[in-house]
Amino acid sequence: MKIIIGGGGKVGGVLVEKLSAEGHDLTLIDSDRQTLERSIENFDIMSYNGNCASYDVLIQAGVEEADLLIAAAASDEINLLSCFTAHSINPSIKTIARVRNPEYSTQAYTMRKQFGLSLTVNPERHAAAEMRRLLKYPGFLKRDTFAKGRAEIVELKIDEKSPLNNIVLKDLGSVIKCQALVCAVLRDGKAEAPNGNFRLQKDDRIYVSAPSKNMSVLLDNLGVVARKTKKVMIAGGSTISYYLAKLLELDGIEVTIIEKDEEKCQELSRLLPGATIINGDASAQDVLDSEGIRETDALVSLTGMDELNIIISIFGNICKVPQIITKVSQLNNNYVTEDLSIGSIITPKESVAYTIVRYVRAMSNQAGAAVSIHTIAEGQAEAIEFVVDANTLNAGVPLKNIRLRNGVLICGIINGVNTEIPNGDSVFNEGDSVIVVASVGTVLMQLNDIFIV
Amino acid sequence: MNFKMVGRILSLILAVEAVLMLPAVGICFFDKDYFVAACFGVTIVITAVIAGILAIFGRDARMEFYAREGFVSVGLCWILMSLMGCLPFYFSRQIPNFIDALFEIVSGFTTTGSSIIPNVELLSRGLLYWRSFSHWIGGMGVLVFLLAIVPLNGKNAGFTLHLMRAESPGPDVGKLAPKMRETAKILYIIYIALTVLDFLFLLMGGMSVFDSVCTAFGTAGTGGFGVRADSIASYSPYLQNVTTVFMLLFGINFTVYYLLLLKNFKQALKDEEIHLYLGFFAVATIIITGNIAKMYPSIGDAARHAAFQVASIMTTTGFATTNFDNWPVFSKTILLMLMIPGACAGSTGGGMKWARINILTKTLVRNIRRMLHPRRVERIRVNSNVIDEKVVDNTSAYLAAYCAIAVASLLVISFDGLTMESNISAVIACFNNIGPGFAQVGPEMNFAIYSPLSKIVLIFDMLAGRLEILPILILFTKHTWTVSKR
Repeated sequence: MKIIIGGGGKVGGVLVEKLSAEGHDLTLIDSDRQTLERSIENFDIMSYNGNCASYDVLIQAGVEEADLLIAAAASDEINLLSCFTAHSINPSIKTIARVRNPEYSTQAYTMRKQFGLSLTVNPERHAAAEMRRLLKYPGFLKRDTFAKGRAEIVELKIDEKSPLNNIVLKDLGSVIKCQALVCAVLRDGKAEAPNGNFRLQKDDRIYVSAPSKNMSVLLDNLGVVARKTKKVMIAGGSTISYYLAKLLELDGIEVTIIEKDEEKCQELSRLLPGATIINGDASAQDVLDSEGIRETDALVSLTGMDELNIIISIFGNICKVPQIITKVSQLNNNYVTEDLSIGSIITPKESVAYTIVRYVRAMSNQAGAAVSIHTIAEGQAEAIEFVVDANTLNAGVPLKNIRLRNGVLICGIINGVNTEIPNGDSVFNEGDSVIVVASVGTVLMQLNDIFIV
Repeated sequence: MNFKMVGRILSLILAVEAVLMLPAVGICFFDKDYFVAACFGVTIVITAVIAGILAIFGRDARMEFYAREGFVSVGLCWILMSLMGCLPFYFSRQIPNFIDALFEIVSGFTTTGSSIIPNVELLSRGLLYWRSFSHWIGGMGVLVFLLAIVPLNGKNAGFTLHLMRAESPGPDVGKLAPKMRETAKILYIIYIALTVLDFLFLLMGGMSVFDSVCTAFGTAGTGGFGVRADSIASYSPYLQNVTTVFMLLFGINFTVYYLLLLKNFKQALKDEEIHLYLGFFAVATIIITGNIAKMYPSIGDAARHAAFQVASIMTTTGFATTNFDNWPVFSKTILLMLMIPGACAGSTGGGMKWARINILTKTLVRNIRRMLHPRRVERIRVNSNVIDEKVVDNTSAYLAAYCAIAVASLLVISFDGLTMESNISAVIACFNNIGPGFAQVGPEMNFAIYSPLSKIVLIFDMLAGRLEILPILILFTKHTWTVSKR
């Protein structure tokens, strides 16, 4: 597909990486020459220097033949204008705009025809929604749902007291007493695809796939205390904080937001009448202490600086806060962040980029294209959901007789009634959903790509 | 330096070269010239074995590939390719001296067309074909060809850009399509289509099939190896005029043809570089016609020879229809001056490129204005687009390196005792990939008179000229060869 990406910033950069790997014809527009230079040196794409909302630049970049425009420049106004212009030049083009400002979200939706918008994405709201899901199930570092919420892949960290410590994987069933499969292990910053003889160790981070209905059993048997989150402390009054507080309010959770800037506090207090807004420095120990960091059920670090977020979360860990979520937007160093005790890490640009990649895959409309896609193991592996159709090879063949590509694992088969964690005798049939975990290098465009033919 | 990845690319290139030698073997068999066929066979086997060794060496290569790896790959690839390509000449004893054989094939791949062979008509047809075909391969570039046929995708597929930038001529190389493979394909399709067209026009003029093929290759690559001792002189005026037109066409930036294919006539026609290129062609032709009119029976003949020679020199082809060494000094001086700018960027021609001359002139004008108004801020524009200051800087640096290499080469080859005119024209003709020079290296002479050392210097000049200096110079820096300890 011919895709134009406006803006090579955080989201744009991730999109270039993901979409060029899937073989699309990409053209990147950015006003900064250095950004462009870096992108074309690393990826097989074309670039144009200029403003992605300008008529001339869009024409030069080939908007007349393009199938999709993704506007992810710095400002909402440019993105909307860019989509509007592109749509006026080429009425059949689909457009995706990143719209940050909540004030525009309603009009972007109601005026989507005029703007020619197919989809608007809001990285902050995506991140907030992801955090809310984590807060609902404390104990997991990350949680991805598949097949309309019938199967999940959760991330767990194994500590000394965990019943999984020192367990060989083939004995897993006897410990957790329910259907579950360890589909990836992150050890020393490297993702591994484990086999039955793999021995779990302290500090491993494991990715477990299980039917959603088994989740509470799984939690119980793993000794994870599934207590309900009642109080959440948010450090930093950013846009994400606003969205998150708004969502948590719906769940009846008590929210405290600590923000240094007084004007922002005033604004937040106007927007969030139910939340406690504290005007103070979230990086100061005494502020956190006096606002009850030791009593809170969860701490979410959402200030504008990654370094500060990490430090706040480390302090939260020292204060034994049961659940910690850290926002890291810039740092691209998994080796560093993975070693720190800062709980779950959320990177807004990645979650939003995946939403767009999913949309693009659906648009390519290939037979057997992925329904959804989630990254796990610090971006080193992907969990992808496919639907088995008439063209899928090996339908009805027991898994032990199928040769899969290296680094590919089938870790869930969902049919009309049942969610099954497969073993060698399992089969999939037309109409079933299949969850596949693969290392990130293996590009799986359709289900048949997982087989060795 | 990621030598393994470089090795992998070199192995692919050698494999491509081995395949490209096969048609020459076919011609040898057709002529029942089994000895030369065997020479090609042995060369193909050696090339394939080296390709295999390099493939094994590079099998577990890391994918990190940056600009310097691109330059080194391109530089090494051209040297290795030439070393393999000269073997058939050497094995067959038709060019008994190895340096001479190397000179001949480097002259072929770099599309120079300077020869050390006194009478090419004595060569067997397989070798003649390989000589001319090397022009065609070198014209658009082997790596670009490789990019078109082999999917070199990977984690950071952007590295293909480094290869293309290092091999394609011009100050600012860009893509035509988002995917490198598409870009390379478009370039080669245009190249092949124009070559076939040239071949058909030559065939219609009554040229034999073999001569048409070789002449078309020589014209397309803007190389200049002919199959007759007197180059193009003994062909009919029609064939000479066809060659004039096609030389000019191959000297034009291929992006322009792509824009024409896309029906973007406005942008294609406003290209400043083409205005310069065609403008200088017209002016030089008219002046020289006037200057040489008395030497030929009619003004038409004089115009034909003048147009052919100006096109041949400007596009850096180096064919000749007449011994222009006998022309008046004024005409010869114009030809010598036209050797330096050469053809357009992004064409198959050599030289400094009119795009660079354009940028350099504008920079000069700007800097003069700056002396008058020291605070004046002014960006340089080409085709009404602002040029990145980095490109301006690189162009100035290119000019400096160009002059330095030319002067140093001239100094070395002047030991051989030839006239100054010969030496200067020899260096300029080799460095700008033209072919014949003046006096002792004129169109009816050859380069065999130089000593082996001078030939090596001229081989270096030809490679540096074709690859635009940097990919060859980088091979001489210490940093390139330091192997990382970890």
